[in-house]
Amino acid sequence: MSQVKMTVNGKEMSGEAEGRTLLSQFLRETLGLTGTHVGCDTSQCGACVVHVDGVAVKSCTMLAMEADGADVATIEGQAAADGTLNALQQAFQDHHGLQCGFCTPGMIMSAADLLKTNPQPTEAEVRHHLEGNICRCTGYHNIVKAIMAASGQDVSSIAAE
Amino acid sequence: MYNFEFEKPSTIADAVASLAEEDVLALGGGQTLLPTMKQRLASPSKVVSLKAIAEMQGICVADDGSVCIGGTTTHAEVASGEEVFPGLAALAGGIGDPAVRARGTIGGSLANNDPAACYPAAALGAGATIVTNARHIAADDYFQGMFTTALEEGEIITEVRFPIPEASNYQKFEQPASRFALVGVFVAKVADGVRVAVTGASEDGVFRWSEAETALSTNFTAGAIAELTLSEDGMISDLHGTGAYRAHLVGVLTRRAVAAAS
Repeated sequence: MSQVKMTVNGKEMSGEAEGRTLLSQFLRETLGLTGTHVGCDTSQCGACVVHVDGVAVKSCTMLAMEADGADVATIEGQAAADGTLNALQQAFQDHHGLQCGFCTPGMIMSAADLLKTNPQPTEAEVRHHLEGNICRCTGYHNIVKAIMAASGQDVSSIAAE
Repeated sequence: MYNFEFEKPSTIADAVASLAEEDVLALGGGQTLLPTMKQRLASPSKVVSLKAIAEMQGICVADDGSVCIGGTTTHAEVASGEEVFPGLAALAGGIGDPAVRARGTIGGSLANNDPAACYPAAALGAGATIVTNARHIAADDYFQGMFTTALEEGEIITEVRFPIPEASNYQKFEQPASRFALVGVFVAKVADGVRVAVTGASEDGVFRWSEAETALSTNFTAGAIAELTLSEDGMISDLHGTGAYRAHLVGVLTRRAVAAAS
């Protein structure tokens, strides 16, 4: 076991990790941040997406030790300290962008990654960027709509409900 | 996954020294190796991450005009180099998904040589040189069959050099679940002719379609290979597609790549 330190959602955090400890495991089991979900554990589904040094990655396919010293952002850090949802989270609620909610942390983190570099994406760009995030409830339409709405675009004519 | 020791050296020399020990594997972005280890298809006693080696990162243009890409440069970084080598940037931007492209590396992909990976088609199609800690290997000598390369035990890809073709394009027929190529074709018009490299199709891994190269070298139009067909012998046949289907796709995608080459 080795000591792994990282900044998570702006706070210095540390814990013990084995070589094989995945970042997703470290966040959930060692740091207790269970908002990051593990859906497939085979880097297909994207429920475990977090940001490492500002870039979206699948935390089930990165070792905790690879993230030693990194700046990590997870779903827990997205809302304001008083619990007020950020624009993206609020849009998911307003546009019914989730049903069971299992994929939502990954969807939000992937969408945030997109909006950072492309603040006004087209519908096609949103769908392309979400290629690595799987949702089994919504059929994606409302997720896409929520992301478009969060980017300040008119969504009245987008996709079927 | 079985446990292992983890090291993250900051120089190529230190990495090579660690890799000389028994039962040690090099880790690039881990997008193939970590899933492989989870399935216990690989169980090294030590993993050496190459990600902290500064001299293996980034993209530059050499004096002879070729593009040098550090071994641990991610697919996302290569995808952003559109103005330098548009055919390669587009290929890199189509690998996996954004989160995979943020971690996966060109050296890792070429060292693994998955028979359905995209980068082997670009390296062989453009006539790249694979630079390792020990030597320079021409792409034509590097790929030696499915998951098999000229790399020796413990040898690492430090850089990949691509001569920039006059025109090039990569066409990928995506297997939608894995996002690997069911068939992918990289076409490059170079100074002394045309190179056509095919991934995803053959049981021997990436290969050059020499009949198409000959026809395209005298007439670089999709029409020049309209009648050309590839034998289904030796093509991969699985639940996603028969060998005959893949052989057919090679023709279709080669014509599309020629038409789209820029």
